[in-house]
Amino acid sequence: MFSLDLLTDAVVAGILLGGFYAAVSLGITLAFGLLDIVNIAHPAFVILGAYGAYVGNSRLGLDPIVAGLLGMPVFFLLGMVVYRVYYASFEKRGDESLRGLVFFFGIIFIIEVSLLLQYGVDYRSVDAAYLGATLELGPITLPFRLAIPFAVALGLTLLLHLFLSRTFWGRAVKAVSQDHLALRLMGASPVRVKALAFAIAIATASVAGALLIMIGPIEPSVGREYIGRVFAIAVLGGMGSIGGTLAASLILGVLESLTSTFYGPSWALAVSFGILLVVLAVRPAGLFGR
Amino acid sequence: MVRNGRPGIRTRLVVMALIATLALWGATAPAALAAGPIKIGFGMALTGALAGNGKAALIAMQMWAEDVNKKGGLLGRKVELVYYDDQTKPATVPGIYTKLLDVDKVDFVVSGYGTNVIAPAMPIIMERKLAFVTLFGMAVNEKFNYPYYFQIMPTGPEPLTDWSKGFFEIAMKQSPKPKTVAIAAADSEFAQNAAAGARQNAKKYGLRIVYDKAYPPPTADFTPIVRAIQATNPDLVYVASYPPDSAGMIRAAHEVGLKPRMFGGGMVGPQYASLQTALGPLLNGIVNYHFFVPEPSLKFPGIDAFLKTYQERAKGAGVDALGYYLPPYAYAYLQILGQAVEATKGLDQKKIGEYIRANTFDTVVGKVKFAPNGEWAQSRVLMVQFQGIESNDLSQFSGPGHRAVLYPEQWKAGSIVYPYEKAKR
Repeated sequence: MFSLDLLTDAVVAGILLGGFYAAVSLGITLAFGLLDIVNIAHPAFVILGAYGAYVGNSRLGLDPIVAGLLGMPVFFLLGMVVYRVYYASFEKRGDESLRGLVFFFGIIFIIEVSLLLQYGVDYRSVDAAYLGATLELGPITLPFRLAIPFAVALGLTLLLHLFLSRTFWGRAVKAVSQDHLALRLMGASPVRVKALAFAIAIATASVAGALLIMIGPIEPSVGREYIGRVFAIAVLGGMGSIGGTLAASLILGVLESLTSTFYGPSWALAVSFGILLVVLAVRPAGLFGR
Repeated sequence: MVRNGRPGIRTRLVVMALIATLALWGATAPAALAAGPIKIGFGMALTGALAGNGKAALIAMQMWAEDVNKKGGLLGRKVELVYYDDQTKPATVPGIYTKLLDVDKVDFVVSGYGTNVIAPAMPIIMERKLAFVTLFGMAVNEKFNYPYYFQIMPTGPEPLTDWSKGFFEIAMKQSPKPKTVAIAAADSEFAQNAAAGARQNAKKYGLRIVYDKAYPPPTADFTPIVRAIQATNPDLVYVASYPPDSAGMIRAAHEVGLKPRMFGGGMVGPQYASLQTALGPLLNGIVNYHFFVPEPSLKFPGIDAFLKTYQERAKGAGVDALGYYLPPYAYAYLQILGQAVEATKGLDQKKIGEYIRANTFDTVVGKVKFAPNGEWAQSRVLMVQFQGIESNDLSQFSGPGHRAVLYPEQWKAGSIVYPYEKAKR
């Protein structure tokens, strides 16, 4: 059943899927890769973002992506609050490793139960005129349902990259990940910098959630499905590298797509995680890690 | 007062009064207990992956208890439901049923929703020889062979193959006759059972299986799967999937331009109002299983009143707004238990089990009679084709006219539009 058209379509589908994975994983790269905060609740924040897009779309008639962008300031503030609680309760006392993990488990639980109480357990979707449309480029078919999330994810990745490499605060975030003490000696507050970076990480979840609900229907517990995958991408990309996250997402997306198309979808995850193991064995710091 | 070592008359009177009081209390105590409620216990998926259905089922079960209590209860006693959230996790089930039986002292237990939580309850049920009516288990009793197991999903005495039988029977009556089939199923017990049945049916009808793959539940994009299916150019595409996957598969089929002659089969999701309104016209042409649709051939006594009340309660509860899939059956399985209790005039599990096994029951889902293995004596897995859906508006799905019942013949209402390419327009 091999054909060049099928191969091309599989690679394109994988790239589009990878873009979506990148959007979901950027927050983990920032929090886990740069700040050493094992925020396993990030996918739950993404689901919260998806419900935000649902509310914006179904009640206010907003485009889901616009709703996701408008939700970013709220998520930013939420991230600030979560980090301050995390810092005061765990990080300051040196309890962040295990108790911090339990804290984020608790946040997953709180988010899921709150969504259950508010919206119930029924599946929720968004509506936009372009969601069912496709773009034909010769033999390649581009579904807008995946192409638009890919474009938005690329934009988000680029913005984060520029922020981290070109702005004072971005460089401060990188500095705090490299040498906590040196930053303090320079007169900057690592806590403020980390709070800002964590808040940005959570803000990305608002847009990532909007992309998730564009791809398929959601219910409150669906975020759990993504925990393993997003951490794998952050590790494969090199723990803290925005470009690495994008590259790792695209690699996993294409691998999953090729495996699904030519071998069988049940092997897709196994192949992806197999590649992760191989990369870590050869290059423990990940693809773009230093 | 005691004189000369013998009790006085007053003391004897007091003792006799005490004995009489105790005797009277002893005689009346069982009567007082008997006047307490009949407790029916169960675990139900109120959180977790199947909570959407579990919560809808609970609403229907509470409606049954209220209806029964309004009419004076069972055997003159009120009915009380005792339930716990099984979190859609099989591991919670043995603990829940042990607590229900040993701590809550319920009179009956019934199952939660789905194969995965029914199977782990079976050892406890069998050990204590309880009558057990269950809600949507797929071939659970095939290995247990328990005589008092009764399953309400209308899959029929051979659940594995009955599930997809209609899909293949309809296909083989069409012209040109299909020759090949692709099977895609979620990597889970229910979907794999459905796929196993589809394989047997394909073999029975001499169809060549050109694609047969499982996919893992956290699949975000189905276009690679649909493209791989399209590359094998199958005449039929049989899919056994859960709601988010069904939506992904249907969207991908449209985006890729999948062109089989028939598409659908065992997809969970197109029965729910939320997915119907999300997918709208994309559903046109899909031939898929249903257990109830509001078509004239399926007007069972009491179903309209049931649905009216359910739909009012579902508003704001975050559950399926129309309730055509699980809720009527959740009401019906308690109707069966209730009718058996009334008929046997007692709470004897064995008598009730024997009674359910031997009799036919009138319920909101029609007449129900069980086969020796506890499944429906006759399958009523409907194969329904979505037709003429023009928008995403819910009102199209709340009444008749947009879902042609193609199978079984007895319940037929409408004709198939064949092939899928023509039907999906």
